Formats: sequence, structure tokens, C-alpha cells
Amino acid sequence: MSDSSQAPSLYAAREPIFPRRVSGKFRTLKWVIMAVTLGIYYLVPWIRWDRGPELPDQAVLLDLAGRRFYFFWIEIWPHEFYFVAGLLIMAGLGLFLFTSALGRVWCGYACPQTVWTDLFILVERWIEGDRNARLRLHRQTKWDFRKARLRMTKWVAWLLIGLATGGAWVFYFADAPTLARDLVTGQAHPVAYTTMAILTFTTFFFGGFAREQICIYACPWPRIQAAMMDEDTLTVGYRDWRGEPRGKHRKSVEAEALGDCIDCMACVNVCPMGIDIRKGQQMECITCALCIDACDDIMAKVGKPRGLIDYMALSDEANERAGKPPRPVWQHVLRPRTLLYTLLWGGVGLGLVFMLFIRADISMTVAPVRNPTFVTLSDGTIRNTYDVRLLNKHGEARAFEISVVGDPALSISLEGEEGAMVTVPADTTTLQRVYIAAPAGSVPAMADNSDLRLWVEDLTSGERASRDTTFNGQGH
Amino acid sequence: MSDTGMNKKVQIHEGDPNTTGHEWDGIMEFDNPMPRWWLWIFYATIVWGIGYSIAYPAWPLVSEATNGLLGWSSRGKVQAEIAMVEAANAPVNAKLEQLELDRIPSDPELSGYAVSAGSAVFKTWCAQCHGSGAAGAKGYPNLLDDDWLWGGTMEDIHTTISYGIRNEESDDARYSAMPAFGRDELLGKEEVSQVVNYVMSLSGEPQDASQVAAGAVVYADNCASCHAEDGSGDRTQGAPNLRDAIWLYGGDYETLHETVWNARYGVMPNWDTRLSEAEIRAVSAYVHQLGGGE
Repeated sequence: MSDSSQAPSLYAAREPIFPRRVSGKFRTLKWVIMAVTLGIYYLVPWIRWDRGPELPDQAVLLDLAGRRFYFFWIEIWPHEFYFVAGLLIMAGLGLFLFTSALGRVWCGYACPQTVWTDLFILVERWIEGDRNARLRLHRQTKWDFRKARLRMTKWVAWLLIGLATGGAWVFYFADAPTLARDLVTGQAHPVAYTTMAILTFTTFFFGGFAREQICIYACPWPRIQAAMMDEDTLTVGYRDWRGEPRGKHRKSVEAEALGDCIDCMACVNVCPMGIDIRKGQQMECITCALCIDACDDIMAKVGKPRGLIDYMALSDEANERAGKPPRPVWQHVLRPRTLLYTLLWGGVGLGLVFMLFIRADISMTVAPVRNPTFVTLSDGTIRNTYDVRLLNKHGEARAFEISVVGDPALSISLEGEEGAMVTVPADTTTLQRVYIAAPAGSVPAMADNSDLRLWVEDLTSGERASRDTTFNGQGH
Repeated sequence: MSDTGMNKKVQIHEGDPNTTGHEWDGIMEFDNPMPRWWLWIFYATIVWGIGYSIAYPAWPLVSEATNGLLGWSSRGKVQAEIAMVEAANAPVNAKLEQLELDRIPSDPELSGYAVSAGSAVFKTWCAQCHGSGAAGAKGYPNLLDDDWLWGGTMEDIHTTISYGIRNEESDDARYSAMPAFGRDELLGKEEVSQVVNYVMSLSGEPQDASQVAAGAVVYADNCASCHAEDGSGDRTQGAPNLRDAIWLYGGDYETLHETVWNARYGVMPNWDTRLSEAEIRAVSAYVHQLGGGE
């Protein structure tokens, strides 16, 4: 290291960012999305949904202990977890679709990291003032009463938001009103408190201090997204051919020699990622479009057309440079790639809806007992045993009749029951030992094996289900 | 895509960090500094690692490893979990021990627990002779069928398991002994052959019909006191039913001849000194619901 002044430092402290307030159509859109997403997140656990007396009345509930997932009228059992897998696949394909069409629109508008950071910056602005006031406060090295008061107020407000975030999370896993009462009175399970503590801390830290560092250094998604973008993807860009050479427009200077950019730094000052979009596409840019709002505002004030900074595709950038008109947005969005993603996304979605409608509310599985394959009774009858698991998804107990269809010599009986009726409690499964017997010398008793079908029927509703299995005789 | 932005040369602006000097097809690599907080996290993991290796078992020594200040061990964890399960099962075990035996199968909660627990007991202690599926073997009764030597009610099964059969450990063991008619010369060769053919005729097996009538006489004189006059056996003496299709040792001529000649002396250990009352009741409930419970 002979020339240490040239060598880059190995580690660098984070440059604090103080985004300035901005208003405009994209900012308004972001406020709406923030209100909707946070509203959904905080309020959904409190929606009630009547499922009958024996089932929880929470509309959305992940009952891990009971191994049930309730979503309004849909109830998912563990063996139906493919629904959740399907939803995750749809979420993935949806991200592919939006990224290939609109770039990092997820990052800029809907990602929890963005939404909560936005909320934290909003609180910060309410308490400490806008960019300049915050900068002054940051540069003020002496901690006087005012600085301490402002900082403490801000941190407490952040902690409360964090607490509400962690609090809302645990309500998805237990009955919300009960858990809320237990949390307040100190009766809740330690796991609830631990989860809340962890989420409170991560919300506080990620939204208040880490902010853009999460997107730049911790999140893998920005790196994956690069593979899904092409020259038709809409991203935020700067029309440098129109803006350059930038400079302050003074009357004396030959203004006509300058571009539209007046170098007011508005786009830089509002950026939550702390970048200068005029340098072109950058890894850090989450395409939140706040610089577009900021620049449009300035352009309106200096009497220039909007769109010096704008959503544009790389192919349009090349077109415009060459003096050709840009292609309309729909031509960028509708292309084979996005159509393929939409098709796949819709296909998985339709498949899930189809599966949702054809799944049965009662069913059974039959496991023939093979140890031993058959039992000889004292009168010579050959008997087979089957472990039958009956499933009742209804919200009330149901009585099922089990019957056998096969050789007429076969007869059925149930362990512990007088007849062929079994009562399965609400929303659960019951294991029932079922015996099928063939009299000595009958065809199934003498054969190696014979096919049969077991039926389970809810006599009141007429719903029924069947399983095929075999009967083992003594053979020859 | 010759004229699109994709092929634009990377522009290096004033104030950008240095590049490493590497270039691949026009792609260059920034030499950005790492964020300092990464370094802090790295140091924090070192501190955590040191603390962890002090608190938990970590460093291998000659014959063992350092124990750690918290005294945690995987064995201790298993023991704690076993103790936890036993404590959780204590109330239901107590209930199992108190309820009348014949009422256990009709209590759904209790019988569900008893059958599960009894299944584990059975597979640990009983499967060696009676088979993991309880189908038995030659000389070891099949517990799935409807035929019982000493009775198939909960009470009967419980007594059999508690005290066993023909063992020398328990004074309460069920006891009976069939005489070795041939070996001890109580019957002659011809008489044994005759009575075997008669017994085979009771359950309708192919037999030498010419010997049946003589065998009936031998049977009435020597066997009926235990196996009953009609051959239906006697559960109070553990004398098998000879009229049904089930044979403990086998129903063919050679095996039956061997049985009458040498007699049989099946032994089952008593379990009251090895298993808890709750375990015996659990395994009784398990056996009772295998298909033959009375």
C-alpha cells in the first residue's frame, strides 16, 4: 500500500439520509397503498366469522396447535398444504410478472420494509420537522434538552408502532380478543411475548435505523430482479438528453445553452435511498417514483414540461435519444414474457380454485392390517381387519355408516360399536377398526384375495366417499 | 437489440467509488467499501461465540468436553422431557387405575389413551412371543381371534397378564396341567390314536372314522373332566375348546398325537412385578380391542 490515499477504505459508515417531504401523484398512490396494506395487516385478525359453536370465529386464523388454517369460508387441513404452496407459487409468479413489466414496483410500493420505513419517516417528520430541520438536529453535536426530547419522542413513537406490528402478528395465531386480554393481564403464553418482543425490535431497528441498508445489503430480491428486467421493463429514468447540461437558470447566462435540469437537487433530497437518479439506473433504486413527483413539481414552477425524470423503458430511452417517439406503455407491458407469467399465474390460481371446489367434506383412508393378513375365528370364519380413518370437515359431529360392497358373503362389523355406525366429532378425524368377515368355505374365504370397496355415508346429508381395498382369504 | 440501452458502456461518474480493475465484456466491478455495521455484526458473533462456548458444552477435552456454566446436556434435556410427559400422563394414569376394568372400553378418552399406551407396552414386552401383530405362534395364543383359553373379558385378560400362567414366580398364576397320557403310560398307543381321531371328528376334520367310536369312550373316561363332555373346553381350567377351528399347537393328526402323548405346558410370566398397574390395565385394554374382546 504505497499510495494509501488512493486505496479505498474497506469499511464505510452509513451516510444518513434525510428524505424531504414531497407531494404528487406517485406520493399519493404510495399513501393509499400504505393505508390499505397496513390497514389489512392490523385489522384482519379482528374480523369475526361464524363457523358454528365448536369452531373458532376468527376470519383469518393460523391455528398451529390444532393444525388448522382458517381463511373466511375456507378451512385448510395439514394434508391440504398444497393450497399454501400454490399461493406461494402464485406470489412468486406475481412478483416475476410485476418485475418484468414494471421493474422494482414491489420494492417501491408494497414491500413491508418500504411501507414501514415510509411510516417511520412520516413520524420522524411530524416530530423533528422536514429535511432541513432534521439535518440541523443531526449536525447539532450537543445534546440539549430539545434534541433529547425530540429524539426520545421519536423513538417512543417508533417503539409503539413496532409493538403494534409485533402485536398484530401474534393475533393471526390465536383468538385475537382473548389473546389481547391475556397479553394485557400478563397471562399470555411466553411465545406470544417473545414473538412480539422480536418483531417490535426488528420493526424499530429496520424501519428507524437500518432502512435502505436492508434493501442494499440484506435483501436477495433486488439481485434476483435484475434477471427479470429487460429493455421493455418500465423503470425510473432521467432524460439526460433533455436535462443536460444542467445548471441554474440565471437571466444573464445564456440560458438556451443549458438543459432543463436546474440542478435544484429536489430529486436527490426526496430519495429514501439517498441516490442521484440522474446518474442513471442504479442498484439502490427501488423505483418509488418520489423523484418523479419532486421533479414534476419543479418543472411546473419553471414552466417546463413534466417528465424530466419519469418511468421509461430502456428501449424508449434509446428511441428518444435517436429522436424517435416512445412506444405506448401497453406495448411495453404486453409482451410474450409478461403474457406467459400471467398465464402461469392464472393457471395455478384456477387450479387452486378448482381443487377448492372438488375437495370433499367427508372422506376416509383405509389401511388394511397386514400383520397378520387374516384371522381364523373359532367357527372357521376368515376375518380381515382394516384401520379406517374417517374425516369430518363439518362444524358439527356427524354419524357415518360404513358399508362394504363386494362378494355377498362378506359381512362388516366395527370394533367397539354395535352396528355399522360411527360418530365423528366436528372438524376432526377418527380412527375406527373395521372387521370384514367371510364364512368358512365361502368364495372370498378360500380365495387368495378378492377386491372390495368400503363406503362411508352421512345418512342425513347423503354425502359419501369410498375406498377400494382387498380381502385376503386363506388361499390354497 | 443493437441500439438499446442494454449495450451502453458503463459510465463512470465523478465521485463514484473505484473499480477493482477487472472487466468482463465491458462489465466492471465496483470496489465499494463494506458497510461498517457488517463489521460490528462480525465482532458481535465472535463475542456471542465466546459466551456460548462458556455457557454450553463446547471444548473437547481428553475424555469429555467442557460442561458449560448452564449445565445443559442433551441427556438432561431428554430426561426432562420424559419427566414432563410422565407428569402430564399422571392424572390419566391415576384415572385408569381407579376405574372399574369393564368400564374402561366404554370411556372414549380413557380407552383411547389406554390403547395407545398399551400398544407401546405390548410391542415392548409381549411381541416377543405373541408377535408384533398379536397373531401369536405355535404354542403362543393368537390374541386377535374370538377364542380364549382363560377368558376374554377385561377382568380375565387383566388377571392373566398380572399373574401369568404356570410360572413359578407368582402364587396367583393361572395353573392347570394336562397329563402326558402316552409318555406316562396312562393310555396305550392304540387308545391315544383312537382319542386323537375322536377329537378330530369334533371339529369336522378328516379322520379315521373306524377309530372314532372307541375314541369317544377313551375321551369320556380321560378327557371330559377338563375339556367337557362335548369337547367345548373349560375356561376355569384353561382347557381349550376342541370343537372350534382354532388350534394352539396344530390340529393335524401328528401334532394332536404329540399333544396327547407328551401333554403341553405353556408358560407365561407374571407382569405385576415388572409393569405398573396402569401399564397392565393399558395393555389389557389394548388386547381387549384387538378383535376378540368379550
